[in-house]
Amino acid sequence: MKIEGRVWKFGDNIDTDVIIPAPYLVTTDVEELGKHCMEGVDAEFTEKVRPGDIIVAGKNFGCGSSREHAPMSIKGAGISCVIAEGFARIFFRNAFNMGLAIFESPGVFQGIEEGDRISVNQDTGEIMDHTNGKRFSASPIPSFMQELIKAGGLMSYILNKRRA
Amino acid sequence: MPQTITEKILAAHSGRETVVPGELINVRIDMALANDITAPIAIDLFEKSRTGSVFDQERIALVPDHFVPNKDVRSAIQVQAMRAFAGKYNIKNFFELGEMGIEHVLLPEQGLVLPGDVVIGADSHTCTYGALGAFATGVGSTDIAAAMITGEAWFKVPESIKFIYHGQPGKWVTGKDLILYTIGDIGVDGATYKAMEFTGDAIKNLPLADRMTMANMAIEAGGKNGIISPDETTLDYIKPRAKRPFECYTSDPDALYADVRTYDVSGIEPQVAFPFLPENARSISEAGTVLIDQVVIGSCTNGRIEDLRLAARILEGRTIDKNVRLIIVPATPTIYRQAMTEGLLEVFLSAKGIVSPPTCGPCLGGFMGILGPGERAVATTNRNFVGRMGHTSSEVYLANPAVAAASAVLGRIGSPEEL
Ligand code: SF4
Repeated sequence: MKIEGRVWKFGDNIDTDVIIPAPYLVTTDVEELGKHCMEGVDAEFTEKVRPGDIIVAGKNFGCGSSREHAPMSIKGAGISCVIAEGFARIFFRNAFNMGLAIFESPGVFQGIEEGDRISVNQDTGEIMDHTNGKRFSASPIPSFMQELIKAGGLMSYILNKRRA
Repeated sequence: MPQTITEKILAAHSGRETVVPGELINVRIDMALANDITAPIAIDLFEKSRTGSVFDQERIALVPDHFVPNKDVRSAIQVQAMRAFAGKYNIKNFFELGEMGIEHVLLPEQGLVLPGDVVIGADSHTCTYGALGAFATGVGSTDIAAAMITGEAWFKVPESIKFIYHGQPGKWVTGKDLILYTIGDIGVDGATYKAMEFTGDAIKNLPLADRMTMANMAIEAGGKNGIISPDETTLDYIKPRAKRPFECYTSDPDALYADVRTYDVSGIEPQVAFPFLPENARSISEAGTVLIDQVVIGSCTNGRIEDLRLAARILEGRTIDKNVRLIIVPATPTIYRQAMTEGLLEVFLSAKGIVSPPTCGPCLGGFMGILGPGERAVATTNRNFVGRMGHTSSEVYLANPAVAAASAVLGRIGSPEEL
């Protein structure tokens, strides 16, 4: 499966407090959380972003708290996937557990510009920048985690297993 | 095969003799924790699964602490959901206001987390319990929902980094300073996905409260867990509290580490982490002149009775600067009462500080001390990200309770030595 979209860039150490600031943690509604996505770094982000857009970031994306509201708000804003030099551990885990596509790909930050059109092949991890013609590859996803994604996240995975 | 303490605990909880870093394993959970921000999502997921009962009524802790006493209608609704869920499934460890404290101070105090345990919490500072010799790590709400059904969680066995601390710390140097110094050294992603094992004679001599401060901030270096082998100090704390059996593990001397770092603590000054990352740690003598508007002493990092005593030592007989607001947050009702009995509240109020009920409140910019545009705060908390305590142009400087109290008196960032 291929994801294709327009790029928004963010730097290193984008923490969960700027992805979704604490005052908005009084709801679990994905759409509402999406309205405040990235508000701590760019107050106008949700006005500019269009469904299917892709976030490209530096290292340690999603550091800080364990709030699942962070991947939820990214999904809610219509972002199709996040590609980063590296992810913080809990964010990485949460994204898989709830089915937000993320890719770790060293070198992407330098090689891709904001506004570029890129595509990601989910199966091979191949990333193509259609604006400048550059290619990148993402680290392969461990097979257990692919199973999680295939099942539609951790909850469906364990419920399927219990029914079986 | 030689193993680290982290590997031994994970092996024991996955029914294995040994585990190796990189392996994906399923482990049995001794305690699963969620708070008023993360529990509502877990509860929704649990109910949608139609499971009907939780894996163990004693091994789930639900602590409303972030926006409690409820700051508004919506936060009240989130706690209502927890309360109803706890009632419906007979969850033993739901803490109502009056018994509620900051989760990572409350759980050890109540003897709910013990050496050798595997603890998961839908809160990143769950790593605090590593100070007791447990494997404890932050996860998301989905993991907690799954654990409430199965009593298990999946993990990739982490590599470990060993941090050895030698020597005698200076008068005002605390566990907070050692961990800020360490994060300054390795960076906010210096231990990503890894176990941080703290050891050495300086750790042996460190009070348990300081050890908890250190393990608490392992996540601030990206760590999966922080961990310290249990010793006499640990057992003195645990024995009167434990209501179930526990096991003490230590690393084998020839266990394998991804990295070993050694620090001489006698050369470490009190640290201040400048905005906007905990890795921006500087020695107090290099802080320069930073005028401040607010000081917060509290949180799961430094809201224990030992921290309040340290602050009171500085504030006794002094008044804070007229341009500073001082907010003190005892982390649990027990600590609040102790502070009252010991006369610490009197000291804080006489110094013109104010004492808040136990809550996370200002630590995450929730309520009870939000910063306005451009304001600066010294806080004993653990994060100084953009907007963490209020407006995105406000600034948070992280420090130990003695430095925070001294700064409140001075009206700028400063050392207790200056008073
Ligand atoms: S005190 Fe702060 S860091 Fe600790 S649990 Fe509460 S919000 Fe999180």
